[in-house]
Amino acid sequence: MGLVHEIDYGTKPSEAASLVTLTIDGVRVSVPEGTSVMRAAMEIGTQIPKLCATDMLDSFGSCRLCLVEIEGRAGTPASCTTPVAEGMVVHTQNERLGKLRRGVMELYISDHPLDCLTCSANGNCELQDMAGAVGLREVRYGYEGENHLDSVKDLSNPYFQFDPAKCIVCSRCVRACEEVQGTFALTIAGRGFESKVSPGMEESFFESECVSCGACVQACPTATLMEKSVVEIGQPEHSVVTTCAYCGVGCSFKAEMRGEELVRMVPYKDGKANHGHSCVKGRFAWGYATHQDRITRPMIRAKISDPWREVSWDEAIGHVAAEFKRIQATYGKGSVGGITSSRCTNEETFLVQKLVRAGFGNNNVDTCARVCHSPTGYGLSQTFGTSAGTQDFDSVEQADVILLIGANPTDGHPVFGSRMKKRLREGAKLIVIDPRRIDLVRTPHVEAAHHLPLRPGTNVAMLTALAHVIVTENLFDEAFVRERCDLDAFTHWAEFAAAERNSPEALAATTGVDPQLVRAAARLYATGGNAAIYYGLGVTEHSQGTTAVMALANLAMATGNIGRVGVGVNPLRGQNNVQGSCDMGSFPHEFSGYRHVSTPGVRQAFEVDWGVSLDAEPGLRIPNMLDAAVDGTFKGLYIQGEDIAQSDPDIKHVTAGLAAMECVVVQDLFLNETAQFAHVFLPGSTFLEKNGTFTNAERRIQLVRKVMTPKNGYEDWEITQLIARALGYNMNYAHPSEIMDEIARLTPSFAGVSFDLLEREGSVQWPCNETAPEGTPVMHVGGFVRGQGRFFVTEYVATDEKTGPRFPLLLTTGRILSQYNVGAQTRRTANTAWHEEDLLEIHPHDAEQRGINDGAWVKLASRAGETSLRAKVTDRVAPGVVYTTFHHPMTMANVVTTDYSDWATNCPEYKVTAVQVSPSNGPTATQQDYADLGRRTRQIEAVPAE
Amino acid sequence: MSPDDQDRKLVYMANQIATFFNSADDEAVSSIEAHIRKFWDPRMRAKIIAFRARGGEGLTDNAAAAVDRLSREVASA
Repeated sequence: MGLVHEIDYGTKPSEAASLVTLTIDGVRVSVPEGTSVMRAAMEIGTQIPKLCATDMLDSFGSCRLCLVEIEGRAGTPASCTTPVAEGMVVHTQNERLGKLRRGVMELYISDHPLDCLTCSANGNCELQDMAGAVGLREVRYGYEGENHLDSVKDLSNPYFQFDPAKCIVCSRCVRACEEVQGTFALTIAGRGFESKVSPGMEESFFESECVSCGACVQACPTATLMEKSVVEIGQPEHSVVTTCAYCGVGCSFKAEMRGEELVRMVPYKDGKANHGHSCVKGRFAWGYATHQDRITRPMIRAKISDPWREVSWDEAIGHVAAEFKRIQATYGKGSVGGITSSRCTNEETFLVQKLVRAGFGNNNVDTCARVCHSPTGYGLSQTFGTSAGTQDFDSVEQADVILLIGANPTDGHPVFGSRMKKRLREGAKLIVIDPRRIDLVRTPHVEAAHHLPLRPGTNVAMLTALAHVIVTENLFDEAFVRERCDLDAFTHWAEFAAAERNSPEALAATTGVDPQLVRAAARLYATGGNAAIYYGLGVTEHSQGTTAVMALANLAMATGNIGRVGVGVNPLRGQNNVQGSCDMGSFPHEFSGYRHVSTPGVRQAFEVDWGVSLDAEPGLRIPNMLDAAVDGTFKGLYIQGEDIAQSDPDIKHVTAGLAAMECVVVQDLFLNETAQFAHVFLPGSTFLEKNGTFTNAERRIQLVRKVMTPKNGYEDWEITQLIARALGYNMNYAHPSEIMDEIARLTPSFAGVSFDLLEREGSVQWPCNETAPEGTPVMHVGGFVRGQGRFFVTEYVATDEKTGPRFPLLLTTGRILSQYNVGAQTRRTANTAWHEEDLLEIHPHDAEQRGINDGAWVKLASRAGETSLRAKVTDRVAPGVVYTTFHHPMTMANVVTTDYSDWATNCPEYKVTAVQVSPSNGPTATQQDYADLGRRTRQIEAVPAE
Repeated sequence: MSPDDQDRKLVYMANQIATFFNSADDEAVSSIEAHIRKFWDPRMRAKIIAFRARGGEGLTDNAAAAVDRLSREVASA
């Protein structure tokens, strides 16, 4: 096993269909028109020396190392900026070229420290390689002249250092920041000899606008920008391609290792979701995997007030089985259940739901998608026939109009956000529907055509107003509707949408948005070319979350923006495997592949395969489990990799439910908030310690590969298997590939999926079966999965969470770039440097009225509860709206959120809570009590020395 | 959560479902009933049926009619 090296062709590929034939060093080669000479040479295995060129970036032509001779042309053009031409004859090496290149290299090296033996890039330095490639044997200029060798290192970034002494000013870092990441945080300051890479206005990296995506570090050909982990550990000796365990983009990474020590994570250029890009989380925030807080031995306790007692795996598993058997014998078969994790693999998720259905004998299984994208599943299945987004990420490159609603990709899905920005810089138009002025509304070289800053909770009114314009101004695609959709349903919907009460003018009082702005946005969406919808939890986490998803589907169908590249309806999934956990049958009413448990043929197939009879009735959802626990009918819960005591709404109710149970089993990396209420703690494994697959937001199934031994002793699927066996239900998998084989056997949309296929193809998007053996990048091409697309009437119903004199402001919640979900992972990394606490964003007008200064402690109170945090006064939020994140448990943001939920799926209404904000002196008594509780319930009994 | 609170919550949920399907005209009641049957655990269905049997105060007309259909289905099973 060695390092995985992707080929660097030097320049980007040409998309042209027509081929050009040329001769390079006597070899004829045909390449697409527009290809550079450098790339054409690499296609036949000839690597022309280069420093400023890399195929992740546009050609630049500055280093003058890639000079070639072309017969019939004067001079020695740079091969990176010279396109091929028919009949061209190229020579990449001769005495003249060699001399020129050595001359260039001499100049570079004359101002470069000659500390190769102690340099962190030693063995992996392009400058070193090129010195060798051009045959540099001497530097005639000496080293005594003016130079940059005393330049001071910038160590401000937690993850990488900048050593300007080693910089050759090739601009790769600057171009990567611009072209790949789209942040424009770097520039070349000064001219001539004074030229130097500068973050922002000559600030440090940490103080600048740099988002620490790592693109500059990756692009750097020297040790100028280098991961601190490489500086500390040394160069890696082997690498393994795996999939990131953070957001739903599903970036491919090379885990670069020395033995079992992770040296760095480098985005994999051949990864089809990220194409070699990354964000600060996936690239750098993996230190949690070896954090001292990790629990690696199983623990049990009789009462949650007792200290934890470390036990053997046998004792822990035996205790779980005994307790669940006792509870079921006492309270009935339906008194226990399980929660699968969107952070775990498909195979692990499949096994937990199998344990519940086959081992517990009921359907009380649910997943965290309940609290995020369950409305997507239901809404898109009803309208299109499939519970998933319609496109691959690459599709955005052909979008002309992007309608972004309730999502903040530059923070939540940064790698896709960068691709979106790239398309917008190329000229696509952007419509943002969001209460906040998210970064994409105005960011370097990107400005939204329209920002509709609607009041929280009025998505359905807004989307129906857009539909009104499309219908009444005859902007819909009648031919598409007639050919692809249920015409009766369309007619019914169109009559509804056209009603005057649904006009932008009539709904302006509800949405708070200028009707002319709404009309302009509707016209742009309907007539601007390929129009693609991207949305996030700002759509789903409402009492009308499902209705809003349906309203988005209505818009796409009405305008014919579905079923081809560049269009579609695309949910941006929050966690790495939300799509997969839903696909795997994590919901209480359906088996894998979204088939209801009451469907006889389907259930029978599972019964035959699993050798048990299965319950035909739907089980309890997470909120229903908690209700039933408080009600006394639900007593035991197995939770794999979720932290419902932090992430779920109305925490008082959640913790009351947990506290009412007799056996709560938490399987996790850390003693999380939920573990405070647990009786058994089973230590889990990280994504670096397991094999399996994740499925990202574009339905792409990708391999997760084990790069180190699980510190807890077992991969998570093995723990589930141990529980099943202890309960008397036999599971005998030797490897997750066998679980995937079972998934494929029982799930039509996965019928063609296997680990062998994934090894071969790198990844595949479901459906993958006989009719689509290589997967399905774009869905509903030529027809909808359900047959005819179905329009639904989307009557706006105001939430019952109302503002009033006591609670006059609306709280909405979200996430920030550097932190992830409940923060269990990212809080245990240096990412806290960017976000050490949750803040409450409040508009200057609202702040002034309340006497609140920036940075001051404020009390945030709702009908559900109250908490305190610091204020950030900003006009990013509209007057009347406040915003916070929920990455830190002590913020207790979900003490404030209510238990209102989506009508169809019970997805909580996180995005709308009526609140009041007032000055405070610090944390509330509840927060202090909670901190005390955490200290008490996390105590671990000392083990006597042997 | 008291039994009354549980009932209130189920009534609220049933009415929410009914509100969405009200636009389905003739199919409204059957759609509401189908949604509840498809997604609610049996103990939740039993609770709402029992609540309806006690008068079903607070259920909207269509929600009440859907629960009646559920009730008949259980009786005939």
